[in-house]
Amino acid sequence: MTVPEGAAGAATATEDAAPLLSLRGINKSFGAVHVLQDVDFDAYAGQVTALVGDNGAGKSTLIKGIAGSQPFDSGEYVFEGRPVSVTNPKHANELGIEVVYQDLALCDNLDIVDNLFLGREVTKNGILDEATMERRAQETLAGLSVRTVKSIRQVVASLSGGQRQTVAIARAVIWNSKLVVLDEPTAALGVAQTEQVLRLVRQLADNGLAVVLISHNLNDVFQVADRISVLYLGRLAAQVKTKDVKSNQVVEVITTGRSDALGGITNGNGELK
Amino acid sequence: MSTPTKVETTEEAVEQTAPANTLFAAFGNWWARVRGGDAGSLPALLGIVALVIVFASLRPTTFTNAFNFANLIHQAAAVIVIAMGLVFVLLLGEIDLSAGYTAGTAAAVMGVVVTRWGWSWPLGLLACLITGAVVGLVIGLLVAKLGIPSFVVTLAAFLALQGVLLQLIGEGGTIAIRDDTLRAINNNDMPIWLGWVLFALVVGGYAAIVLRRGAKRRAGGLTYEAIQVTFAKIAALAVLLGLMTYWLSIERSRNPAVTSIKGVPIVVAILLILLVALTFLLTRTSFGRHVYATGGNAEAARRSGINVGLVKLACFMIASTLAAVGGIMLASRDNSISPSTGGASTLLYAVGAAVIGGTSLFGGKGRIVDAILGGFVIAIIINGMGLLNQPSSVVYMVTGLVLLVAASVDAISRRRARSTGLV
Repeated sequence: MTVPEGAAGAATATEDAAPLLSLRGINKSFGAVHVLQDVDFDAYAGQVTALVGDNGAGKSTLIKGIAGSQPFDSGEYVFEGRPVSVTNPKHANELGIEVVYQDLALCDNLDIVDNLFLGREVTKNGILDEATMERRAQETLAGLSVRTVKSIRQVVASLSGGQRQTVAIARAVIWNSKLVVLDEPTAALGVAQTEQVLRLVRQLADNGLAVVLISHNLNDVFQVADRISVLYLGRLAAQVKTKDVKSNQVVEVITTGRSDALGGITNGNGELK
Repeated sequence: MSTPTKVETTEEAVEQTAPANTLFAAFGNWWARVRGGDAGSLPALLGIVALVIVFASLRPTTFTNAFNFANLIHQAAAVIVIAMGLVFVLLLGEIDLSAGYTAGTAAAVMGVVVTRWGWSWPLGLLACLITGAVVGLVIGLLVAKLGIPSFVVTLAAFLALQGVLLQLIGEGGTIAIRDDTLRAINNNDMPIWLGWVLFALVVGGYAAIVLRRGAKRRAGGLTYEAIQVTFAKIAALAVLLGLMTYWLSIERSRNPAVTSIKGVPIVVAILLILLVALTFLLTRTSFGRHVYATGGNAEAARRSGINVGLVKLACFMIASTLAAVGGIMLASRDNSISPSTGGASTLLYAVGAAVIGGTSLFGGKGRIVDAILGGFVIAIIINGMGLLNQPSSVVYMVTGLVLLVAASVDAISRRRARSTGLV
């Protein structure tokens, strides 16, 4: 279960389209601490890729690198088949990459439409174009099959946890993004609301987006993810398809970095032999 | 005057849950919102009505005559303008304790430039506004870039500007304002016809805006306000402003043969222009949206790509510049600048005005019209107590109580709002 060398995921590419996002040999250090070591990671359009790992495994560092808020030290960042350099969040947004952080970052005192367009308001001659924004907000929420929100002119403070998460996710996709990274979207939610958000996550992938889902909850992961990548102490311990593995095997990789039952993973091709 | 700036988002929110097709239904929705903790201008309006009834019954002749009404407007003008500036700072969840002395200092600069150096009045006004902007720039930089709490920065500015004001005027002295134009700003009235033109512009403009917006929303397939409600609002505004204009157009001089005093005060036009321009800035531009976002959740605003530091800097600059405008009104009213111009309770009245009007001290909630409504509540108390021959001690105590009541209304409505799921 050591780090795969070379082009992991090459084997999977034979049966799927090329990955939308492909990271190769990623390294990131904070001072003397080597947080990410030669990590490879792929995300495919139309699929949910779960990123799991114990606390301190490097999940957050990896997504901050993808989002450009803390650029990687070295490694290859390939998006849509082209090597790109993402050194700040604006670059990532321009490429079509959006991150929904754990603590939602919504303004409670503003309504849903205001929040969806916050920082990127649609204006006409310098004046806010409320009608256009409201229409686009409606379309986006309809496209996500969201029907639980009574009015899109409700202030966000009046929404439930699941609805707030929905708004945060809708904000990520309203700009025709291609890759959405969700950091623990169900962490603070009840059962019914978790269900609602997971359905939305699946909907995103079915709409053709590449979704990266970070989660501690393997039930969630097995419910919606097509692929699972496991980080262990800053290294990629496994990259598998969900249907090929069992929950306890993934737990073993998360906690020990290896699994005898998943012996086949060691080839680094991201699939079982 | 509350209608033009009513936050349309909340209206629409309610309408979608229960379409308001009649006046009655609209009223029901509005009442549900008030009970839910979104009282808006209601406490301030009720306060004005209650105070007017009390003072009018205690002093039927002196309080209710047109002369006193105009006087009230002149008294309130400076506090209202300073409060308008404070709304920007309060929206961020910050405070500007130096606004009063910023007004005094900026007015003193104007006095020095015009009276002592003999510059023309437009240059004097410009110097005054620039002084305000510079004070705001310094405060804003210290708060936004250095991260010092605004309470401390503006407390320091409060003390320092008091000194600057003394320095400019010279110990114990005053600077007289002899320029007729500067004196006219907060003393003179518009010709009667111009008052009615202003009335027509305000009512017509408001009607045009709301009707056009309604038509556009209907055409775009979005929820819209029932047309009866729109017309009712326009009619209410027309009646209210019409009565005020008529009242102010009556001859109110005690001796009309010597001097004639009638017409809408010039300062009303200035207040209306500020109301419209600043409300537009806060509700119809990206900048305004960013102000509310920064006050609601600064971290969320930052992550959305909003330059939070710049928004804060701009708000402090706007607040101090408006304080300078308030200083012009104080100086114009008194025909002079003294070491106490903008001092004493000016700042506290302005903060009180904003809060009584409905602006939250916790940030993220407030409107420009709040400053006008709250400013009138304060002015009516001071004016009415004066007519009752009450000593300053009683006036201070009553004003303090009213402010406390307003802050309690704010806190209670927030609690109600939380329990019903509004902000």
